[in-house]
Amino acid sequence: MNVVVCVKQIPDPAAPQGLDPETKTLVRQGKLILDDSDAYGVEMGLQLADQAGGDVVTLVSMAPNAETSGLRTALAMGADRAILVSDDALQGSDALSTAKVLAKAIARAEPDLIIAATESTDGYTGTLPVQVAELLGLPSITFAKKVSVADGKVTVDRQTEAGYDEVQCPLPAVVTVTAGVVEPRYPSFKGIMAAKSKPLEQLTVADLGLDAGQVGTSGARQEVTSVSAADARSAGEIIEDDGDGYENIVRFLEQLKLV
Amino acid sequence: MSIDKIWVLAEVVDGSPTGTTLELLTQARAMAPTVAAVTWGGGAASVAGTLGDFGASTVYDAGDLSDALPGVPVAASMAALIESGERPDVILIPASYDGRDIAGRLSVRIDSPVITNVVGITVEGDEVLSHHGLFGGAQVATARFTGDHPWIFVVRAKSFTAESGGGAAAQVTPAPVPELGSTNTAVVLARHVEERTGPKLDEAEVVVSGGRGLGSAENYALVEELAKLLHGAAGASRAIVDAGWVPYSHQVGQTGKTVKPTLYIALGISGATQHLVGMKGSKNIVAVNKDRDAPIFSVADLGIVGDVHKVVPKLIEALKAHG
Repeated sequence: MNVVVCVKQIPDPAAPQGLDPETKTLVRQGKLILDDSDAYGVEMGLQLADQAGGDVVTLVSMAPNAETSGLRTALAMGADRAILVSDDALQGSDALSTAKVLAKAIARAEPDLIIAATESTDGYTGTLPVQVAELLGLPSITFAKKVSVADGKVTVDRQTEAGYDEVQCPLPAVVTVTAGVVEPRYPSFKGIMAAKSKPLEQLTVADLGLDAGQVGTSGARQEVTSVSAADARSAGEIIEDDGDGYENIVRFLEQLKLV
Repeated sequence: MSIDKIWVLAEVVDGSPTGTTLELLTQARAMAPTVAAVTWGGGAASVAGTLGDFGASTVYDAGDLSDALPGVPVAASMAALIESGERPDVILIPASYDGRDIAGRLSVRIDSPVITNVVGITVEGDEVLSHHGLFGGAQVATARFTGDHPWIFVVRAKSFTAESGGGAAAQVTPAPVPELGSTNTAVVLARHVEERTGPKLDEAEVVVSGGRGLGSAENYALVEELAKLLHGAAGASRAIVDAGWVPYSHQVGQTGKTVKPTLYIALGISGATQHLVGMKGSKNIVAVNKDRDAPIFSVADLGIVGDVHKVVPKLIEALKAHG
């Protein structure tokens, strides 16, 4: 079984973030890291591959400046190989264009199962995996909190408003996993060393047979027009708890007539 | 390219349109003269009255989908309608589990991009501008489409206030699902309803959320107990969802739900930007955290610098005594 895990390399969420004043897109220069959300997908892919035996886990990513540090982290966790699409023409791509690029790259790995996070931490658009599924003509099961594969089918506990649904579809298929579904492993020293020599294929827009005019800023059909400061919310009363701090909360609730 | 016709994806749960559906119909009514709803699940006739009341003149019915996940068939039904000439200028979709599936599928079917995480919409002439919280809600970004209609917006709950418009029942029009083959093969084998005693997270008047400061998954019981006492819903920060303490459905924040309750109580939550964007619109905020410098205190109306394990049990006892 060929497993593809979609991963995104993002600016460190702990570091100050900003928008490019001209394009008003997220500044994505400099060192990028593996999105935490994707660590769950990588771990899920590795576990499913281990269970089936002899499977290949391929990472697929799109990033500026041929950035690979996040991919190396996922390779160090145990993924077998990576495909990176990096091309200046891709800068400013909207989610639909990005899906078209990734769908082409994913198809090269001839996957049986494609795993992605429900959404990225930085852009959090949350539609890309389903767009990829539709472009590839595949079924998809989103918001998975448990995934198993047997007899050519994937079975998922899918988060719902009321609880969860047990959903099944035949492979090949796309599955998106929510955070917390599995405990991502930390890369071992051996894993980190091995990752350095694992195959990493780099592709351009032209390699994928796409027209540069359909992607990036020139192909985007949406734009951010302005960014402004939101109404500030001022801090209220801050009280050190000396054992009776809860009484302040009770009084606050009484004022709101909630008790 | 004036805005004449808007479709609203109408999600029906337990026989009634969801709160977000009614919010979007109310907004659509203010934006365009003609509003239609699109629904599925076999209950179109029984919700036509409510959908009409909130502004829809027509309800397109994709029909009873049996056990199929709705993403593929509903998007295909909408795309078929559009291809047949029923072209809306704007499509508003609730940011729910199924809503997001349908938006993504529809986007590819009609080759139109999607703008997601919308928290506000304004119309200026022929332009529709969407508003989005950024960096923990400290900034607001405004976005728009530059291509052709229809423009698909996926809107978060509580972005608008639902108000009945007093319209007549919407006319039910069948919108059959075309033959889809192997793409439409995801089926629901079983549905599990987890016991929920209180209100829904994004509809509750009181939300009590817990974070890392609780120390362990077991201590989330404090959050649930306080929420129950206040007839509220229990929420969570991303950190404890990532840690597997509580399911994703509890998550409040950027990659979770937006809540705007009368009262939000944050227990052991530091207030990362990820979290603030989902709860900063609450009318009143109370925070308990042992770190005086925690960012949550910058948005709290009342902040208690203290140990949640000491403060919360006393608070629960006091509220019980209160009766």
